[in-house]
Amino acid sequence: MSNWITIGSINDIPRRGARCVMTPQGKIAVFRTMEDQVFAIDDHCPHKGGPLSQGIVHGASVTCPLHNWVISLETGKALGADEGSVRTIPLKLDGTSILAHLETTAVAAE
Amino acid sequence: MTALKQKLVVIGNGMAPGRALEHLLELAPDAYEIVIFNAEPRVNYDRIMLSPVLSGEKEFEEIIIHGDGWYIKHGITLYKGHTVVNIDREAKTVTSDAGTTESYDKLLIATGSVPFILPLPGKDLPGVLTYRDLDDVNAMLLAAQSRARAIVIGGGLLGLEAAAGLASRGMEVTVLHVMPTLMERQLDPAAGYLLEKAVEARGIRVITKANTKEIIGNGKVEGVVLADGTILPADLVVMAVGIRPNGALAKDAGLEINRGIVTDAGMCTSEPGIYSIGECAEVGGQCYGLVAPLYEMARVVAAQLAGDTSAAFVHSETPTKLKVTGINLFSVGDLGEGDDRQEIVLRDAAAGVYKRLVLKNDRIIGTVLYGETSDGAWFHDLTKKRTDISEMRETLIFGQSYQGGSPLDPMAAVAALPDDAEICGCNGVCKGKITGAITSKGLLSLDDVRAHTKASASCGSCTGLVEQLLTLSLGDKYNPSAVTPMCGCTDLGHDDVRRLIKAKGLKTIPAVMQELQWKTSCGCAKCRPALNYYLVSDWPDEYADDYQSRFINERVHANIQKDGTYSVVPRMWGGMTNSTELRAIADVVDKFEIPAVKVTGGQRIDMLGIKKEDLPAVWADLGKAGFVSGQAYAKGLRTVKTCVGTDWCRFGTQDSTGLGIRIEKFMWGSWTPAKLKMGVSGCPRNCAEATCKDIGIICVDSGYEIHFAGAAGLDIKGTEVLGLVRTEDEALEHVVALTQMYREQARYLERIYKWAKRVGIEEIRRQIMNDAEKRKAFFERFVFSQKFAQVDPWSERVSGLDKHEFRPMATIGYAQAAE
Repeated sequence: MSNWITIGSINDIPRRGARCVMTPQGKIAVFRTMEDQVFAIDDHCPHKGGPLSQGIVHGASVTCPLHNWVISLETGKALGADEGSVRTIPLKLDGTSILAHLETTAVAAE
Repeated sequence: MTALKQKLVVIGNGMAPGRALEHLLELAPDAYEIVIFNAEPRVNYDRIMLSPVLSGEKEFEEIIIHGDGWYIKHGITLYKGHTVVNIDREAKTVTSDAGTTESYDKLLIATGSVPFILPLPGKDLPGVLTYRDLDDVNAMLLAAQSRARAIVIGGGLLGLEAAAGLASRGMEVTVLHVMPTLMERQLDPAAGYLLEKAVEARGIRVITKANTKEIIGNGKVEGVVLADGTILPADLVVMAVGIRPNGALAKDAGLEINRGIVTDAGMCTSEPGIYSIGECAEVGGQCYGLVAPLYEMARVVAAQLAGDTSAAFVHSETPTKLKVTGINLFSVGDLGEGDDRQEIVLRDAAAGVYKRLVLKNDRIIGTVLYGETSDGAWFHDLTKKRTDISEMRETLIFGQSYQGGSPLDPMAAVAALPDDAEICGCNGVCKGKITGAITSKGLLSLDDVRAHTKASASCGSCTGLVEQLLTLSLGDKYNPSAVTPMCGCTDLGHDDVRRLIKAKGLKTIPAVMQELQWKTSCGCAKCRPALNYYLVSDWPDEYADDYQSRFINERVHANIQKDGTYSVVPRMWGGMTNSTELRAIADVVDKFEIPAVKVTGGQRIDMLGIKKEDLPAVWADLGKAGFVSGQAYAKGLRTVKTCVGTDWCRFGTQDSTGLGIRIEKFMWGSWTPAKLKMGVSGCPRNCAEATCKDIGIICVDSGYEIHFAGAAGLDIKGTEVLGLVRTEDEALEHVVALTQMYREQARYLERIYKWAKRVGIEEIRRQIMNDAEKRKAFFERFVFSQKFAQVDPWSERVSGLDKHEFRPMATIGYAQAAE
């Protein structure tokens, strides 16, 4: 089972920036673009595990701070010549609240 | 991952094994755990480009094939500076001189070659060098600084490239060649003569039929004595008389050795499981020294290691090209004369052109081109295909574009080449592969083609052909003379952008992107930090720094580490500290359980492994002891390293520590295009190593010698002297003015030595040393910008700035998630 859970307000995140959210499935990075879109992906670059939340955000992508892989925030896929992908987490906005669709029972019931 | 990986150990890290691993990682990326031993203390670089490095046309970092990141990315262990001294075939292990032992399932020996040293008296004198690797090049560059006399023994490919390089560095060079004409193995006497003229025209003296008898000198080389008794004075002797396959290690291990390490066509040595490639290998009874056959060996061994036992090495002729700017020569095949052979010769004395084709049974078997070499690939192609040339014999020598009466359009020649014609000899890339990649991958630039196909990525002599292919495929979309754009978001180069920011008075990143027609809505990780720097530098009072356009280190004022933790370096002015500061650091280390503490090369202390959320508290504690950020992460002023000077040292001539601290206190907080490291030494013994810094000062009795444009990273380069000033105040003013000039003119991420090379040392000296008004103006602009820059970023954040950076937005627990 999964639930829509409020994780914060869009105003908590700077434009072209990111914040982290700790979840039972690990740390996720929540991004806000220049155009106020929000995206969430695992905070873990498919290359060497770099913290994507610390990267420079441009358009709907982020550049990993460790080795400059560029990851699409929409698909979680590496762009350019690199290959790899990271899990995306569905988000929706309710006013200024950001809700994340998180898998819950599978872990919680263990 | 289920199957246990086999372990592949590679001895040697030259171009052949580097290429072999690229192929292997493509064919079977998970088959092997890979370990490399490299006797040289560095990564894999393009050895055939050493000559442009020697002549100053390229920097070392431009010729690196695999940077450190490549090894990390592929999980390869690289032991740098480890010479393997033993192979134990029974135990299947190798051991290095540093005592490291690794076991192997498969072993690849690629020990390359060693320079042949003539057994002359005096061959071991200091100042006698060979020409083989970067260390040799660095040794030659060091010798060249004295602008003294050099003798190169050997008039072959390597010898001439070394001679041209040393001459362009200002040395007086003589080439001694034992045969009557230069490069006699690749050229006929006529072309050898033209080459000798061209070499002499660059101020290099050539002595042919020169038999060297002895190298003389007392404690170091002083000259060379020829067999006829001539004595030639010299301060440097370079021996470039040939190479010998380096099979010593394989021989000790009991492998079969002839000239080189004997292998079968699959590159396997006499012992199954042990392979050999490169200049050390002997396949089909032949050893090779040019890069194309070595790359062919690499392809074969990679296929074998990936399980394709049918892969086999096939001999092919490789054209010779000399990499000396302004001398074009091309030679391939059999140039000997004989009754069954005819030749076609074309000479143009005025243009310095000589072309000769050797024919046998209406087929080309040998080609020499001097002065005009663009048809080399075509002639070579006709040879390889054994094309009957009787139909076009009358016009053959005029080249491909002349055939069929078509007009002499330079593009026509390339257009007419078949798809399987080889364009890049080094990497074996044919025309079809290049044009295919241009269309299918949408490539637009030479760099794109190099990245995707490797064509023209090694010696670069086919660059012209590749550019023609780009023009043919793309038409007007390809503009070879265009400047390299900053990034994919714009067509403008860094210099244009800087100029336009000033000219149009652009003062925000969105304004720059709008007015200069950026192609993306919000830039990328390449252009945004650059634009942010240009705006900070040009409008220090008006521009609001854009933190989201800064790299994470400059955003959180610490250095990100590979595991996502951070390291913190407080400033220690001029490298001085005291018991209170040390105690504060010790307390912070204990309190936050910081796992590693290290003394840095810049005379400070680095605390590593700090969790991001702890950073503000760490800074708060350090701040209480008076510490501010050392900005060890900044494209800005880093350290000013000092020695103890007249305070303590019996040799000190000035107060170097005091001057270093004064400079650091004056300049800290300033942003620069790339990092800026300084040093102040109290005497010419130079204990602060000021002569390899971005800016350095050497104190002397008569004042302060200001140095700049040194490097001690990927490149190693001694500084240039800006000039001598009399007082400490003048020293400070000159250093600051120089920094400001660099800040205003350099491209983002361009270190001062690269900027200086572009602008010219003389021009910088003119503006800073000789033009007092300009110097003063630079100085004042720096002082003005410091008003807005000298704010300690740590105390700002302790006071709450950017606090969102250091805390998660939310923590979702199980209970909450299950609700």
